[in-house]
Amino acid sequence: MSNPKKKKNLSGTMGLASSVFAIFIGLIFGFIILLLSNPAQAVPGFFTILTGALTHGIKGIGQVFYYATPIILTGLSVGFAFKTGLFNIGAPGQFIVGAFGAVYVGIMWTSLGGVHWIVALLAAIIMGALWGFVPGILKAVFNVNEVISSIMMNYIGLYLVNYTTKTYTPLFNNLRNESNNVAVTAQIPKMGMDKIFAGSSLNGGIIIAIIVVILIHIILNKTTFGYELKAVGYNKDASKYAGINEKKSIILSMMIAGAISGLAGGLLYLAGSGKHIEIVDVLGSEGYTGISVALLGLSNPLSVLLAGIFIAYLTTGGFYLQLFEFSTEIIDIIVAVIIYFSAFALMVKMLIVKYQVFKLEKQEKKEEKEAARKEGV
Amino acid sequence: MDVIYFIFQQTMFFTIPLLIVALGGMFSERSGIVNIALEGVMTMGAFVSILFLNITGDFMSGQLQLILAILIAMLTGVIFSLPHAYAAINMKADQVISGTALNMFAPAFAIFIARIIQGVQQVEFNNTFRITSVPVLGRIPVLGQLLFANTYITTYIGIIVLIVSTIVLYKTRFGLRLRACGEHPQAADAAGINVYRMQYAGVIISGALAGLGGLVYVVPTSTNFNATVSGYGFLALAVLIFGQWKPIKILYASLFFGCLKAVSAAYSGIPFLNALGIPSYFYKMIPYVATLVVLIFTSKNSQAPRASGVPFDQGAR
Repeated sequence: MSNPKKKKNLSGTMGLASSVFAIFIGLIFGFIILLLSNPAQAVPGFFTILTGALTHGIKGIGQVFYYATPIILTGLSVGFAFKTGLFNIGAPGQFIVGAFGAVYVGIMWTSLGGVHWIVALLAAIIMGALWGFVPGILKAVFNVNEVISSIMMNYIGLYLVNYTTKTYTPLFNNLRNESNNVAVTAQIPKMGMDKIFAGSSLNGGIIIAIIVVILIHIILNKTTFGYELKAVGYNKDASKYAGINEKKSIILSMMIAGAISGLAGGLLYLAGSGKHIEIVDVLGSEGYTGISVALLGLSNPLSVLLAGIFIAYLTTGGFYLQLFEFSTEIIDIIVAVIIYFSAFALMVKMLIVKYQVFKLEKQEKKEEKEAARKEGV
Repeated sequence: MDVIYFIFQQTMFFTIPLLIVALGGMFSERSGIVNIALEGVMTMGAFVSILFLNITGDFMSGQLQLILAILIAMLTGVIFSLPHAYAAINMKADQVISGTALNMFAPAFAIFIARIIQGVQQVEFNNTFRITSVPVLGRIPVLGQLLFANTYITTYIGIIVLIVSTIVLYKTRFGLRLRACGEHPQAADAAGINVYRMQYAGVIISGALAGLGGLVYVVPTSTNFNATVSGYGFLALAVLIFGQWKPIKILYASLFFGCLKAVSAAYSGIPFLNALGIPSYFYKMIPYVATLVVLIFTSKNSQAPRASGVPFDQGAR
C-alpha cells in the first residue's frame, strides 16, 4: 500500500486498454454482420462506419460534436448516478421534460431579450431536476427501487409533455403535429462554433456540455460534497454511521442527475436546427444512449466525454451507410456489442490490476526485507 | 354486462404477457441474477416467432401455427439470454451492463434483419388465432362469456405457467435449491448445490418465459411487429418488485396493472368513462402513476432475494 500513485496510473491505463478491447470486438462483430448480410458491400460499408464522419471535412466533424452534445450530458447524468450508487434509467424522461421546459420558455417568454436562452436552459435544468427528485425522494424515504420509479417517471413525463404541448395552443403546430419554433432569442448562441465548423448545426451547446463535464468531475473528485455522495453509493449504512445524511445525499444525487439530463434536452431543442417536440408515444433515444455512453466511459466524467464523442462519431458515419443499402441500426448493434464486452473487460482489468498489485507488493516486501537485513548488519 | 366482459377480455390481453414475463424475471432473480434484459429478450422472442408466422402464413394458420410460434419464441428467448447468463455467471460481470447491452441489441437487430429480409421493418402476420368461443365451456352462463369467449390459447398458457411456477418454486427440490442460491449462494454451495448450474437454470427459464411473453404481448393487440414491445419488459420488472418476487402476488400485481392498462387502451369503448370527457393522455398515465403510488406503500419492507445482482464468489463469507 505504499505506492498508491503507481497503482492509480496502472488502473487508468488498464481501463483504456479494456475499452479499446471492447470497441475492437464490437467493430469486428459489426463487420461480420455486414459480411453475412451483403458480402459485396461489406467492405465499403464498414469503411464508411469508420471514416464516414470525416468525409465531409470540417462540417462533418462539426456534426459529430452536434450529435455528441446531448448524449455526453445524458451519459454524464447516468454516470454521475452510477458513481453515487444509483441507476438513473430515468434519463429519457428527464430529457423530454427538460426539453419541454426549454421549449415552453423559448416560445412564451419572448420579452426576456438577451438572457432568454439562459432562462430557457434554467427551466430545462429545473424540470429535469424535478423529474429526478421524485425517484430520489421515493428511494430515500420509502425505499422504492429507483429503477422502477424512474421508468414510471419516463412514461409519465412522456405523456404529460405530449398532452401539454398538444392542448396548449401557443405551443402547438397543428399542421406538423409537433411543437412550434422557439423564439430566435431562445436559441443557444453559436459562440463561434459556426465559424470554426462552417456548415454544421453545431452551436455553443458543446461548450456548455464540456463545462458541465468538468464541473461534475470537480464535484465528484475534489469536494467534500462529492465525496459524501460517493460514500453513500459505496455503503449507505457506513456513511450514515460516519455522520453523512444519506437520505439527503440520495435525493441530491438524483436531482443533479436529472438536472444534467434536463439540460441535455434543453440544449438539443434550443439548438435552432429544426428539432421540435413531436407528439408520438415513444421516448427519445438520447436518454437510453446515455446509458451506453456512461457504461463505455466507466462513469468517469472525462471518459464519458470521450465516449459520447466516439458514439456520435460512429452514428454520423452510420448515416452514410444507407448509400450501401444497410440500415443505420448496425451502429446500435455495434455499440451494444461494445457495451457487452466492456462488462467482461472490467473483470479482466480487475484481474490484471490485482495481479500487478500483488507483484508490486511482493517486490516491496522483498525490498523491505533486504533493507531490514542491511540495517541489521 | 357486455362492458364487463369487454373490460375483462382486454385486461387479460395486457395482464398475461406481464404475468409470464414477470414470472420469468422471478426465476432469474430468485437464483441471484438480475435480468434487466427482459425487454430485449421479449423483443427478440416476438421478432423471431412473428417472422415465423409471417413466413408460414401462406400455408399454415390457426392454433397449430400459434403453438409452433410459441415454441420458437421460447427457444429464441433461451438462446438470446445465454450471453447474459455467461457474462453474469461465468465472467462475474456487472449484470446491469450486460442486460442493457442485450436491451439495446434486440430492437436494432430486429430492424436490421427485417429490412434485409423484406425491405421494411414491420413484420406483418395474419391473426387467425382468436377463439370466439371455447366448445362446451363457452356455453356456461356468465363464466363462459367471461373466461372462454373471445380469447387466445395464450391466456390459458399464462395461467398454466403461473400454476407450474408456483409448484416448481415452492414444492420441488429444484425450487428450494434455486431460492437458496438467490438468498445465500455460499451456503447453498457448502450444502453441495452446484450454484452455477442453478443460476443458469434461472436465467434460461426467464429467457424462455420472456421470449414467450413477447409473442403473447403482440398477438392479441396487433397485426404486425415493429421491433418494440413498448417497455413491457421494464413494466414486468416493476410488476416483479411490486409482486415481492412471489408468484401469487405477481399475479395480483399484473392484474392490477393490466386492468389499468386495459382501461387506458379501451376507455373509448366503455360508455361511462367515455362520457366523462377526460383526455386520453390521463388514461395513458394512470397505470404508471398508480404503480408509483402502490410502490410507496409496498416498498418499505421490500424482500428482494438477498444475493440478487451480486456475482457469486465461492470464497466470500
